[in-house]
Amino acid sequence: MTTVLPPALAAASARQAPVPQATPPAGPSQVTMAAALNRALADSLAADDRVVVFGEDVGTLGGVFRVTDGLAGRFGEHRVFDTPLAESGIVGTAIGMAMNGLVPVVEMQFDAFAYPAFEQVTSHLAKMRNRTRGKLALPVVIRVPFGGGIGGVEHHSDSSEAYYTHTPGLRVVAPGTPADAYRLLRQAIGCPDPVVFLEPKRRYWSKETAVLTAEGPPIDRAVVRRPGNDVTLIAYGGMVATAMEAAEAAVAGDWDVEVIDLRSLSPFDDETLTESVRRTGRAVIVHEAAGFAGYGAEVAARLTEQCFHYLEAPILRVTGLDIPYPPPHLERFHLPNTDRILDAIARLQWEGDNA
Amino acid sequence: MTTLAHPSETVNAGSLLPSAEPLQLIDKDGLPGGNPGGLTFPQSDVLRELYRRMVLGRRFDAQATALTKQGRLAVYPSSRGQDACQVGAALALRDQDWLFPTYRDSVAILTRGVPAEETLTLLRGDWHCGYDPYEYRVAPQCTPLATNTLHAVGLAYAARLKQQDQVALVLVGDGATSEGDTHEALNFAAVWKAPVVFLVQNNGYAISVPLAKQTAAPTLAAKGIGYGIPSLLIDGNDAAAVYAAARAGVERAADGGGPTLIEAITYRVEAHTNADDATRYRTSAEVSAWLERDPITRLEAHLRAGGLLDDAAAGRLADEAERLAAELRMRMNADVSADPAELFEHVYARPTAALERQRAALLAELAELEEPAP
Repeated sequence: MTTVLPPALAAASARQAPVPQATPPAGPSQVTMAAALNRALADSLAADDRVVVFGEDVGTLGGVFRVTDGLAGRFGEHRVFDTPLAESGIVGTAIGMAMNGLVPVVEMQFDAFAYPAFEQVTSHLAKMRNRTRGKLALPVVIRVPFGGGIGGVEHHSDSSEAYYTHTPGLRVVAPGTPADAYRLLRQAIGCPDPVVFLEPKRRYWSKETAVLTAEGPPIDRAVVRRPGNDVTLIAYGGMVATAMEAAEAAVAGDWDVEVIDLRSLSPFDDETLTESVRRTGRAVIVHEAAGFAGYGAEVAARLTEQCFHYLEAPILRVTGLDIPYPPPHLERFHLPNTDRILDAIARLQWEGDNA
Repeated sequence: MTTLAHPSETVNAGSLLPSAEPLQLIDKDGLPGGNPGGLTFPQSDVLRELYRRMVLGRRFDAQATALTKQGRLAVYPSSRGQDACQVGAALALRDQDWLFPTYRDSVAILTRGVPAEETLTLLRGDWHCGYDPYEYRVAPQCTPLATNTLHAVGLAYAARLKQQDQVALVLVGDGATSEGDTHEALNFAAVWKAPVVFLVQNNGYAISVPLAKQTAAPTLAAKGIGYGIPSLLIDGNDAAAVYAAARAGVERAADGGGPTLIEAITYRVEAHTNADDATRYRTSAEVSAWLERDPITRLEAHLRAGGLLDDAAAGRLADEAERLAAELRMRMNADVSADPAELFEHVYARPTAALERQRAALLAELAELEEPAP
């Protein structure tokens, strides 16, 4: 009989090892986030022949954001291919492929277009390992361009992270910089768990001079992007750069702001966050998504539980408004910005503070 | 002049259509069926095995129903009446092929070789899936319905990408053909030429909703042409026809011919589950009429008429079925041993720190309960 390739589970332990470098690190060079993601996909395809990349327009066109540019030509249509226009179909077939030993990396063209796949993601992708007592692992990566700030018309700017972070069994990550986009995507593809990989659209063209490497902080750890002592400013994805700008602007107000880039929204890095907030005594969480029952609510709740006696003020949230995502000419009123972050920092009960 | 057509593969549309009447190899009286179409009549040993598996499956099904009434199972959706579909489909698969069943397909799972008690783990309620899918090449039972069609297509297409000789067969009901995932799966399978067989067990009802409220298509098999998939309409109570059709689909897929859609006309003799009251939506006259088309009775008549089954062989088979039922009773009457600590074990490849804390908290809670009062 023909046996099935060793189940993904058997390979899982091997994939816990450091991700092999397909492209040897050269010196630092300037790279956009889109290009860094493209490199990560190319290096993953080159390093592991179980990796397949598919979705709508990812083949010949190279993706609407060009993240898969050139991959179909380089690796062939059996590794990188276009699918019919059906998101549930894309995720559902990715599940079947992973059952048969492949490592699918699929693209949802825009965040709000991923909703037809919701059942496949939440009821099957997230639960299959648990349903089968660990027998059936699904190392699938779902890339989702998320968030606004690009003047997109209706259904092109959602922040859908809370839907995914509320689902046990999924990992949810969001890079904030080009170098981390490369690292996190390599790590996500090497991860034995399903990963929802949220790519901040507004930062696709942001540049950084860096060496692209999968080494560095592991997939489930947050990083301190800017050390500080007065307040912990927590952000992820597209809001990391906004938070960094706000932190620089806060110097004028004599606030020494620590910026933490969460990277992993689920699981949450309690250790890094708790250490910082206990030290600074104040925290602000920033995200584009609506505040009500949003991701920031979980962050504020668990940090309050873990840091209550260290806090000088309630943890505040700077979020999008509790409205459907606005049309392009109105989105600037919805999105968090430097001023709103500084206002929140100013409200952290500094009166009588001797620091 | 240019034509107003976008390039796609040209197919002979007529070749995709199912027959007007269901294909049948053996009629309800055990005589040669009136509409064999191009189906290959199975060999005698296959017919005997179809019969044996149906008898065992029927006994298993009756035992599971009884155990549910005794409170040993959380719920049981019976396979009774659909025995030919489930046994025929499972036996048509080769060892390396995969079966993608639903919650109603316990007899198909059993026929595929999964032990009886592992087949019933989901319905007993000690875990969501009791068997190792890789050991039997049987996917976990699909409860939301139709979602398994896409998994089957993905697994089949992966086999094709890896140049493995492997076919997936997915079971759905008439209700599931209305779900978007069925449509997407048929479309993906056709475009990718994935080696997959879709077997629709059309039992006339989605719980209580009759087929007329489910679709306006002439038949469910007729939908295949819309995807470019060749389709067969068959008598789903004729085990020989189900086996022959499914086998043809498997062979076609293995030969690179792509997917096949089979609609098998059958009937769910029991209510949807033990919790359902079927008298609210169908008549006893309707049920009685279908009981006369019982798949086991007709194959037995055929085998006896052909000298392939005698009283001695039937007696040995009845004994085998009783042993299966007794073994199942014994196993299911034992108390369930479910370990709360395992709840945290398989959420991720390794439990997160937060899950470890929750596990410790739960175990501490349980330890406190066990301590004698001061």
